[in-house]
Amino acid sequence: MAMALPLAYASSVVHPFEAGRLSFSTKSTKHKKQIYQFRKVTKVLAYYGLTNPPYKLDALEPYMSRRTLELHWGNIHRGYADSLNKQLANSPLYGCTMEELIKTTFNNGNPLPEYNNAAEVWNHDFFWESMQPNGGRLPWGGVLDQIEKDFGSFSNFRDEFVRSAMMLFGSGWVWLVLNTNERRLSIVRTSNALCPLVWGDIPIISLDMWEHAYYLDYKDDVSKYVNNFMDHLISWHSATARMVRAEAFVNLGEPKIPVA
Amino acid sequence: MALRTLFTKKALTRASGLGPLAAAAGDRGLGSGLGQARGRTAATLPDLPYDYGALEPAISGEIMRLHHQKHHQAYVTNYNNALEQLEAAVSKGDAPAVVRVQGAIKFNGGGHINHSIFWNNLKPVKEGGGEPPHSALGWAIDTEFGSLEALVQKMNAEGAALQGSGWVWLALDKGSKKLSVETTANQDPLVTKGLHMVPLLGIDVWEHAYYLQYKNVRPDYLKNIWDVINWKYASEVYEKETA
Repeated sequence: MAMALPLAYASSVVHPFEAGRLSFSTKSTKHKKQIYQFRKVTKVLAYYGLTNPPYKLDALEPYMSRRTLELHWGNIHRGYADSLNKQLANSPLYGCTMEELIKTTFNNGNPLPEYNNAAEVWNHDFFWESMQPNGGRLPWGGVLDQIEKDFGSFSNFRDEFVRSAMMLFGSGWVWLVLNTNERRLSIVRTSNALCPLVWGDIPIISLDMWEHAYYLDYKDDVSKYVNNFMDHLISWHSATARMVRAEAFVNLGEPKIPVA
Repeated sequence: MALRTLFTKKALTRASGLGPLAAAAGDRGLGSGLGQARGRTAATLPDLPYDYGALEPAISGEIMRLHHQKHHQAYVTNYNNALEQLEAAVSKGDAPAVVRVQGAIKFNGGGHINHSIFWNNLKPVKEGGGEPPHSALGWAIDTEFGSLEALVQKMNAEGAALQGSGWVWLALDKGSKKLSVETTANQDPLVTKGLHMVPLLGIDVWEHAYYLQYKNVRPDYLKNIWDVINWKYASEVYEKETA
């Protein structure tokens, strides 16, 4: 996951030989110039590095082609990360995790300019990790139990997820989230870059429904894309790990459900 | 074109005989057999006035074919379905259902409207595509934006900056007779930006309009599409509305 790293450290490094003599005025002119130049470049910035998907770019074939990933990750996702870093170079926002940055820049519905880029960087990281080679099929253990509890059955959940994806107007995402208020899993659709983090829900799985996510492989056949995602790409391993983490924040409180 | 008249505001009146919703609401006294008795004209996919490959190299034939046969057709089909659902809900007096279907009508109906305009906005180079506007529209553009290049640059900038899916328009305000550049999201038609707004030109910046050819480089698509823009159509609309 992308993390904030200070790009350079505000330095009060003192040359060991100078340790005993900290008065700046006693330093030679050349040394003063070196220290001054070093201090000039030490500006603390936030910076978010683009991480790779956790598999090779051709690993999701034939359901998502290498070419799609090259463009989607290599150009589009990278573009959002580059734009974000350019914005952050001139911004006082520093020291946030990506999730905190998204919530801060969302600004309660009046988003700051950095929001779109930050959210899209996070959304795409989350999306790559929501998929895996040889994915799909069924979840197991606590995740399956929770799905059956909240949707009635896995196939109900699957149908609802596919239906929700097909009903999205325009660009956006479909999410399986843990609804923190209702303490249950639910399916939500968001437009453009909107991310359920901003209203406090915990995403478990996401599907990118922007056309660039599927157009090269499926053209206008959205239904095939969504069904292939459900049957062959969705990573229940990731979902399980995310549920485990989510349960540290949300007490699902049902003693009969085994911990995932 | 017949389809355009079907969906301008003028057509949606009882007088024209084509307005399904206004007529339905008024004739409800006829009872539940209304759906069949009315003989509403369903929306249909308009033909392209040129071959799919005629706009190359600006827009590839593959994109034009998919755009017309698949995407626009889907909007038409879903719009008709949504209208049927609406009629059923209206005749049953099911207000929640009436409200619920509005989203589908706006999206699919908007998609049908917008794309019908779009096919007229484009013309093969051989038939005059890309030729700059003259006379009234040309002068209006120079007055409002400074020059044609400035307008093109403005539309390209707004089109490229549009987040997600939508359209960028050269709009005429019928009231003030002023030109402006507007953007709409998803398939919202231009009227959602102002009831007096008339579209002279619209450029589809949904990814399906360019992704196969230009990949994610929307600015290149916007730069090239001007080679096939049909300014004659825009001029005709402009002159009609400012007459």
